Amino acid sequence: MAEDYTPASPVRDPDNAPFFDALRDGKLLIKTCNACNEAFFYPRALCPFCLSESTWVEASGDGEIYSYTQVATRAGSYVLALVTLAEGPTLMTNVMTGAPEALAVGQRVRAQFIPTTGDEKLPVFVPG
Amino acid sequence: MSISGKAQIVGIYEHPDRKIANRTLAQLHAEVARGALADAGLTSKDIDGYITDSVAPGLGPMSMVEYLGLEVRYAETTDTGGSSYVNHVAHATQVIMAGKCDVVLITFAGMPRSGLGGSPPAIGSTPESSFELPYRPVTPAQYALAARRHMHEFGTTSEQLAWIKVAASHHAQHNPHAMLRDVVTVEDVLNSRMVADPLHLLDCCVVSDGAGAIIVARPEIARSLKRPGVIVRGAGEAMKYNNGGRVDITTTAAARSGPIAFAEAGVTPADIKYASIYDSFTITVLLQLEDLGFCEKGEGGKFVADGNLISGVGKLPFNTDGGGLCNNHPNNRGGATKVFETVRQLRGEAHPAVQVPNCDIALVQGMGMSLSTRHNCGTLIMEAI
Repeated sequence: MAEDYTPASPVRDPDNAPFFDALRDGKLLIKTCNACNEAFFYPRALCPFCLSESTWVEASGDGEIYSYTQVATRAGSYVLALVTLAEGPTLMTNVMTGAPEALAVGQRVRAQFIPTTGDEKLPVFVPG
Repeated sequence: MSISGKAQIVGIYEHPDRKIANRTLAQLHAEVARGALADAGLTSKDIDGYITDSVAPGLGPMSMVEYLGLEVRYAETTDTGGSSYVNHVAHATQVIMAGKCDVVLITFAGMPRSGLGGSPPAIGSTPESSFELPYRPVTPAQYALAARRHMHEFGTTSEQLAWIKVAASHHAQHNPHAMLRDVVTVEDVLNSRMVADPLHLLDCCVVSDGAGAIIVARPEIARSLKRPGVIVRGAGEAMKYNNGGRVDITTTAAARSGPIAFAEAGVTPADIKYASIYDSFTITVLLQLEDLGFCEKGEGGKFVADGNLISGVGKLPFNTDGGGLCNNHPNNRGGATKVFETVRQLRGEAHPAVQVPNCDIALVQGMGMSLSTRHNCGTLIMEAI
């Protein structure tokens, strides 16, 4: 049984603030390097591949499951997953589903933005 | 310049208790330091280098150096989680070969069962934390992600993973200090409750209090002692992380730390008679065995099945103290226990039921932090005198 749970809020800082601003507008941002053109996640000021300046870009929100696990808790269960975005980078997330048994590696998922215990929203994914 | 033969482990001490009460962390550090000095036949006046972890009380090593009354020329607190103490042996060897120290003491202690084991990270405390911690990436779940992906890529099964626990339990039955001494079957593992699928409760290591100490010395000093030393032949360290989203969690940092250590020692996996392999979870062992070259990538499931890791039965006896899966995982950081049992095997002092005959070359493999986000691997190759 999926638990009824509100995730803890991310903490905004000068490095990640545009990401959380965009979530409030319903947009998922990733970063692309100005020099090597590689997309990367988690977002940070300088590219982790070459330490050059980078630019925020909007992701489609489409992805597929790289791996997942149904985690048992006293209140039910939740799904921790790694999802590979259509743009390339893989990120950690939760997959929200009432049927975790039906999940599979490679399955297509799309982003949703859910409330947290604080001011920030959090990107999660749903099947389809 | 190779570290091969430049230092020896001359003393070890492992606290016998798995739940420890009415002690401070500092007290524990001192008790195990005394134990390792007694094992080596040295006194605290002989120590001129000290290494501990970030769990030790105080700023870096400073409070503990004072508490222990040491006069050191070198002190540090490298912290790579569970692999810290494997790397500490390498770092001690490096400062000895650089001529900075003669005898280096390594201590650690933690009591997570009593709430004295360091604090969990807070959201906002690290640059990645806001992109991970709200999703609750609890430790078993992180390793479950790797297990699921390995099953997807290579067809590995839960039965094969279970054999790793079965082998550890065969060894633990002979260790009176082990938390779990009952021999278990593959079916027992598969029938235990699911923690984070595909990992069951018995795929997970124990949670224990613990403390221990290791003493590393210059060979000239080691030769003057009564107990047999254990020679450091090679060491490798590597880190792996999510790499800007280019995620690959079926290969560990051992794929880089292992070859460095083997090359330095001038040996190959075929030369290893005994291996201590970090076993926070069954999948941790399987991935590292592949990455160290004991079998091909993807063949780990077949390699560990049918008792191949059981001393006296299989080709690669591992974790003959029962490992983290059955014996202990002190303070959720098991690297030192991997060193302890390797030293016992190379001294010929393991329990007779699990002692590997003619054990001359052995491997220590540590992993720290968490497999599916960022981790460190440390590899040591050790040789008997």
